[in-house]
Amino acid sequence: MQININGKAHDLSGADPDMPLLWALRDLLGLVGAKYGCGVAQCGACTVWLDDIPVRSCQLPLGAITGREVTTIEGLAGDALHPVQEAWIAHDVAQCGYCQAGQIMSAAALLKRNPNPSLEAIEGAMAGNICRCGTYTRIVDAIQTASTRLQGLSFYEVGQEVAERQTDGGVSV
Amino acid sequence: MSAGASPGIKRRDFLRYSSFGLALSSGGITVLAAAKTAAPANSLNPYVMIHDDGRIVIAAPNPDVGQGVNTALPMIVAEELDADWQDVEVILAPIDASRYGAQFAGGSLSVRNRWDELRQMGAAAREMLLRSAAQQWGVPRVELTTQPSKVLHTPSGRTASFAELVAAATEQPVPADGEVVLKARADYRLLGQRVVNAAAADIVRGRPIFGIDVSVPDMVYATYVKCPQVGGVPKTANLDEVKALPGILDAFIIAGNAGPPSFDLRKSIHVAGGVAIVALNTWAAIKARRSLQVDWDTSAASTDDSRAIEATALSAAGRPTGERDVKRLGDPDSAFAKSSSIVSGVYATDFVSHAQLEPQSCVAHATSTEVEVWTSSQTPGFAQSTLAKLFELPAEAIAVHQIRGGGGFGRRLSNEYVREAAVISKHMGKPVKLQWMREDDMAFDFYRSPAYFGLQAALSETGELTGWRNHVVSVSSDGEEANYGAGYRGYNFPDDVVPNVHISQTMVASKTPTGAWRAPISNVYAFAEQSFLHELAEAAGKDHRDFLMAALGADKWFKPDDLASLNTVRARKVIAAVTQAAGWGRALPKGRGLGLGFFFSHAGHVAEVAEVSVNADRQVTVHEVWVAADLGQIVNLSGAENQFQGSIVDGVSALADQRISIRSGAIEQTNFHQYPLLRLPQSPKINVEFLASDYPPSGAGEPALPPVAPAICNAVFNACGERIRSLPISRAGFKVV
Repeated sequence: MQININGKAHDLSGADPDMPLLWALRDLLGLVGAKYGCGVAQCGACTVWLDDIPVRSCQLPLGAITGREVTTIEGLAGDALHPVQEAWIAHDVAQCGYCQAGQIMSAAALLKRNPNPSLEAIEGAMAGNICRCGTYTRIVDAIQTASTRLQGLSFYEVGQEVAERQTDGGVSV
Repeated sequence: MSAGASPGIKRRDFLRYSSFGLALSSGGITVLAAAKTAAPANSLNPYVMIHDDGRIVIAAPNPDVGQGVNTALPMIVAEELDADWQDVEVILAPIDASRYGAQFAGGSLSVRNRWDELRQMGAAAREMLLRSAAQQWGVPRVELTTQPSKVLHTPSGRTASFAELVAAATEQPVPADGEVVLKARADYRLLGQRVVNAAAADIVRGRPIFGIDVSVPDMVYATYVKCPQVGGVPKTANLDEVKALPGILDAFIIAGNAGPPSFDLRKSIHVAGGVAIVALNTWAAIKARRSLQVDWDTSAASTDDSRAIEATALSAAGRPTGERDVKRLGDPDSAFAKSSSIVSGVYATDFVSHAQLEPQSCVAHATSTEVEVWTSSQTPGFAQSTLAKLFELPAEAIAVHQIRGGGGFGRRLSNEYVREAAVISKHMGKPVKLQWMREDDMAFDFYRSPAYFGLQAALSETGELTGWRNHVVSVSSDGEEANYGAGYRGYNFPDDVVPNVHISQTMVASKTPTGAWRAPISNVYAFAEQSFLHELAEAAGKDHRDFLMAALGADKWFKPDDLASLNTVRARKVIAAVTQAAGWGRALPKGRGLGLGFFFSHAGHVAEVAEVSVNADRQVTVHEVWVAADLGQIVNLSGAENQFQGSIVDGVSALADQRISIRSGAIEQTNFHQYPLLRLPQSPKINVEFLASDYPPSGAGEPALPPVAPAICNAVFNACGERIRSLPISRAGFKVV
């Protein structure tokens, strides 16, 4: 069983072909960015890409993906962060952070196929990822910022927009 | 393939970071000091260490499960130290009561309890740097001041970085509390600003920072199967069959303690009986569970039936007074006798599960002489003390490492899963990672208790609230004491404000374990009381806001200087602010309504307005929520706002369709398909306003949750005329879309 993960071939011949990709990533390969949340494809914390399509790795047996290309959060960017990751930091999205790798993988996949998504498109693409801490407002803001950036605005300009938005509703001290 | 040795976090690193901590902000897991007991070099106190290269390391003492204290607490130190936040590296402090006092995450207390201490720590470290500079330069201390991360001698223009001064500064005596002057609020550079979560860079890269990510050499993987009927213990199981399955190292029975677990966090050493399956990896253990057959002894187990509990409780709550008196103020009986109208309403809430997104897990290594655990516990100190008691070892033989948790909400206050992991490890003679499945997490929670309130109010001819009765019906395992979260909340509004009050209580039997769920007790009282106050306003023919303002009574701070007591001046200010922001009183199309809720809890005065619409199919859209709060000074504006936004989402999530039901002592829901959490498209627009306030800061994790349910249910009433008196609202056929 050979699986390509983040551009590198891994031989998982000794592994149980029923083993979901999630547990192979976490226990066999030490790639723990994808998280276990429900095990039944309800929460999206385990989201990775299979040939650029976001999938729930907790429901994906190794035997079904031989020869396919997997991308995990660890492989989303190189030394520099992906614009979605940068936007996630700029908007201070995370609370506990447990779901966020899955959220980012879903968001980055959305922007890859639709760089300028409407709010409805964002809602549709992100409905499968639960954030128990409730950071949804910021997730939407971060996706919109990353979208703007991917369309050519500099991060500085985006940052100015963010700053202006934030001063609107800030502390009335 | 080598399943046991993960390339994740190395055991050596985890052992070493017990000395001082674990870096969050710079490139993942970093070891900061080697010696296990000696203070690291260049350390000015337990919280502040300054590297020669200019990095300023600040220890975060309390567990972070998403409430942001690993950012907020170091910010307090950095402010008084006058550190440039860009130079700051946050580390998780070791669990050590001698240096860090009580290290826990609960009650929205981290900021409130640590405020004075951490300001002093930062200011004392700054003073040591200043005195060191004065000595080196031969100038009077009073001529020196600081700029971020450096000391400045204004007359000569001479400067030196903290890094240049720190080695000599460590020789300075530690200033006493009265010896340093704390900053005036006007001089803050950092507090009140928006600061990004110190763990953000690790989170977006998927770095191994959560409990579930811990991996140590020779570690094996365990799952633990307990009796679905809570409190049952195993008699026999087909262990030989399970042991023969691929990847399985062992399967064995842990006798444990019969009966339901206890939420006594300090004392409980309860380990529920069950069957441990230990494997080469998590999947092998999960798969083997499917072949496991257990014969359970349920003689001491719970036989709860939530439908029967509810029927008994509702019948009791229909009576205006209960079995025992809890509080009497004024003359309630004659107030009710003389009133021109009496309004009654019975309110009810169901069992609710925490459903933090990271299911419980723990890595433990227990031998006959030592126990070491890596845990996302909210009470690592109690993990240590209860492990010592359970294994009959001295406290020094128990090492507990705090690890970031994927959500808490009160679920990680108890440490039963830590004890389970340690017991399994001791049996195996190896380090073990115990992983609870989501199904385990949902079946073996300490649930938010159901609560039932028989409310009755007396109104005068002019519509003033003159009498208040609350018959609190509480679940109780022994018939004497209410189970955790089911009792009388015991403070301020409306009970201590209305002139004539009678609070009484009746117990209903239940053995299902209950515990603290975000804003415990407050969350259910807020729904009942604040909804009922709206009913009273309607009955009196008054505007809800005006009625609420009047019901708060005179300007009064109930216990002056105690932030945990209601201040009606602050209460009225947040109600005024939120109604103004939401455009209270504006005309709305048919089927749309605004609703108001106020609650004081966790030292926070919070008022909320929700705008909803309800259609003919009973679909409820929560369009927008406005929040105004007085939490005193704000430490991290971004963090506090995030907590508030999250509290609103959590509140909507819980009221929509979250409900745990029980049959024959077993929980009926197993996973998110039966226990839905709010999703992004259902999430409302949220506007948060923190009012200007000079009071010391209080916590932001909980106080915004209680007003959500009444604000939304009151809005539903205003939209469609139907009063919701039971949560979740799905029980009345409403659906949040």
